[in-house]
Amino acid sequence: MRTAIRNARLVDGLGEHGKGDLYLKDGRIEGVDLGGEVDEEYDVAGHLVTPAFIDLHAHLREPGQEVKEDLESGLGAAVAGGFGTVVSMANTSPVIDEPGLVSQLVEKAQGLGLARLRPAAALSHGLAGQRLTDFAALRQAGAVMITDDGIPVNDGHLMRRACEYAAELGLVIQTHSEEPSLRGDGVMNEGPVSQRLGLPGNPVAAEAVMVYRDCELALLTGCRVHIAHVSSRRALQVIESFKAAGAPVTAEVTPHHLTLTDDCLTSFDPVYKVAPPLRTGDDVAALREGLAGGLVDTVGTDHAPHTRAEKERDMLEAPFGIANLEVAFPLLYTRLVGEGVLSLPTLLERLQGGPARVMGWEPPTLEPGKPADLTVIDLRSELPVEPGTFRTKAKFTPWDGQLLTGWPVHTFIGGRKVFER
Amino acid sequence: MIPGSTAVAIPQREPVSKGPRKNLLDFADWSSEEVIRLFETADVMAQVLTRTIKKVPALQGFSVGLLFFENSTRTRLSFERAARAQSADVMNFASGGSSMSKGESLKDTLRTLDAMQADLYVVRHHASGVPHQLSRWTDAVVVNAGDGRRAHPTQALLDAYTFRNSFPGFDGFAGKKLTIVGDIAHSRVARSNAELWTMLGGEVVLCGPATLLPPELAELPGVKLNARLDEAIEGAHAIMALRLQLERMRPGLLPSAAEYAARYQITERIVAGAHPDAVVMHPGPMNRDLEIEGRLADSPRALVEKQVANGVPVRMAVLYSLLVGKR
Repeated sequence: MRTAIRNARLVDGLGEHGKGDLYLKDGRIEGVDLGGEVDEEYDVAGHLVTPAFIDLHAHLREPGQEVKEDLESGLGAAVAGGFGTVVSMANTSPVIDEPGLVSQLVEKAQGLGLARLRPAAALSHGLAGQRLTDFAALRQAGAVMITDDGIPVNDGHLMRRACEYAAELGLVIQTHSEEPSLRGDGVMNEGPVSQRLGLPGNPVAAEAVMVYRDCELALLTGCRVHIAHVSSRRALQVIESFKAAGAPVTAEVTPHHLTLTDDCLTSFDPVYKVAPPLRTGDDVAALREGLAGGLVDTVGTDHAPHTRAEKERDMLEAPFGIANLEVAFPLLYTRLVGEGVLSLPTLLERLQGGPARVMGWEPPTLEPGKPADLTVIDLRSELPVEPGTFRTKAKFTPWDGQLLTGWPVHTFIGGRKVFER
Repeated sequence: MIPGSTAVAIPQREPVSKGPRKNLLDFADWSSEEVIRLFETADVMAQVLTRTIKKVPALQGFSVGLLFFENSTRTRLSFERAARAQSADVMNFASGGSSMSKGESLKDTLRTLDAMQADLYVVRHHASGVPHQLSRWTDAVVVNAGDGRRAHPTQALLDAYTFRNSFPGFDGFAGKKLTIVGDIAHSRVARSNAELWTMLGGEVVLCGPATLLPPELAELPGVKLNARLDEAIEGAHAIMALRLQLERMRPGLLPSAAEYAARYQITERIVAGAHPDAVVMHPGPMNRDLEIEGRLADSPRALVEKQVANGVPVRMAVLYSLLVGKR
């Protein structure tokens, strides 16, 4: 099978490669402007062609919570957002804490032929924070990351042993760093806005102290610790100091923490309820600086779908989370690249090479021989966010109706087109 | 015309659908002039309540839904009395638990109630923001009867109204200092009183132990914080003691009730440092000899019973003003 993608603007983490016809053969990139017979061809008329993105943080809810999302809708949302590889979180029902559950997910996802699924497995059985799971067996079954994401690991001893064990196996541990007793019943950032609104606050200190512990354990054990969804300047400062000290820590930010502040909660709309919470403008500025300068390694979507009915509850009862896979790139392109915070190549790097390096994978590029997982993006057309058209089951978003540019128009996985807008 | 109802002129009903709908969620979209007019309407309503037949037809044909998702006796009864005294139909919805515990979303609960065609909802909920959420989902008027720690605007109105009526020849709130003492962090009464009192031109000082006095509240316009009771109360025209909401507190907020009482109880000795004519208020229910000295609560300075009594005419004025085309 040979495919030509004609008139492409070719960009990857190594830079701009001009315009040309990109040839794909047998699921891999063959080269540029090679000519010759093809089985199929697409004229993309100057659109951006780039390696499909990698998301290290998505909640796909299968098994057990298919009413919110399942592999088909979640991986469909991924390809619609230009993502070719997704690491799914383990806080499903049942929790992904047994090798059999991992292999079932991998097999089912392969059958769907959408984005590539790389499951994370739980750090503790049932996410209970009591007993480590069998990391080696989980890895053998296909798990690429160990995490109790959704629930912070409160027991420092358990976390230390997890780091030691994972380090020996070369597994990445991803952390949900919020100190539970400081976080308390907080539903939003603790500060002037939460006090004005009378909503229980979750202080920056809850994140910063747990990030400190987790970085210290990375330094102690040599384990690669990936700090998920960093939300505050203080937490970033901690990460910066540990990176400088040589700790093998990496950091992730989400699209919502990069673009929204706690002022959004003034509407009392639970669509803005996320964990960790939306912080202040100063925190957003710090996250943006960190992403631009490389202190932050990657953007993880923290795609967290819920049903509409769940999000139509009050601020205390509504669940945490925003469904982000489909809007992540256009949102970040419009807001961050559009506002001069990041260059396009830097944004691409944080969605391609950045996550790959966190995991110890080969960074995706357009070089010959690399897998033909590609996304084609129209950087010019401006379209409103229409949740009704989402592939995810979660048909709500903070950006409903907003005009964004940079929408993926095609996604190829292994040289095969799996999405067309 | 009902016998006895001629003494006070009550304007006739106009269609509620005309003009933009106005809610009472907090005081963000209210002006001091509107509040003063509301107090004047409450004066009229208070006269209605002194008659032999304490009822007027002002809200005849209107339906008022009382949505109490959180337990309440006083506030619910006060609103119900206010609605019935104006001949409105009253629908009661009480939910001991949450909407989620019954498997229904808040919006679906409201849809069900909306099908019964209420003109106005009085809403109390343990979560801040629920009246705001409901106001987006219904065409009916929404009145906040207390949401979480956020706001309790009719309590603030009746408190300010009671203060206003306590001084013959009252000349306005400008220069008047209100000191609120107690569990400020968890108090919707404190937030609403601070919002209203400063809007009317007064000064507000919030006072309590540091664990219950969030420093961020100093960012509210016209509001000062002071953890020292004697300083906070100096020259105050009104002192409001709040109930210690021990049931809402996480452990560690207070060392003990005795230590709180020793440092923050409002006593006759403490009140001596306030303005000579200072009044003492409490939104109730009171913990005697904890947040307020028992004999002070029984003294002429204490307006606690007047606050309760004024709740009805003030809420009558709120319902009347929002339903009968006062735009």
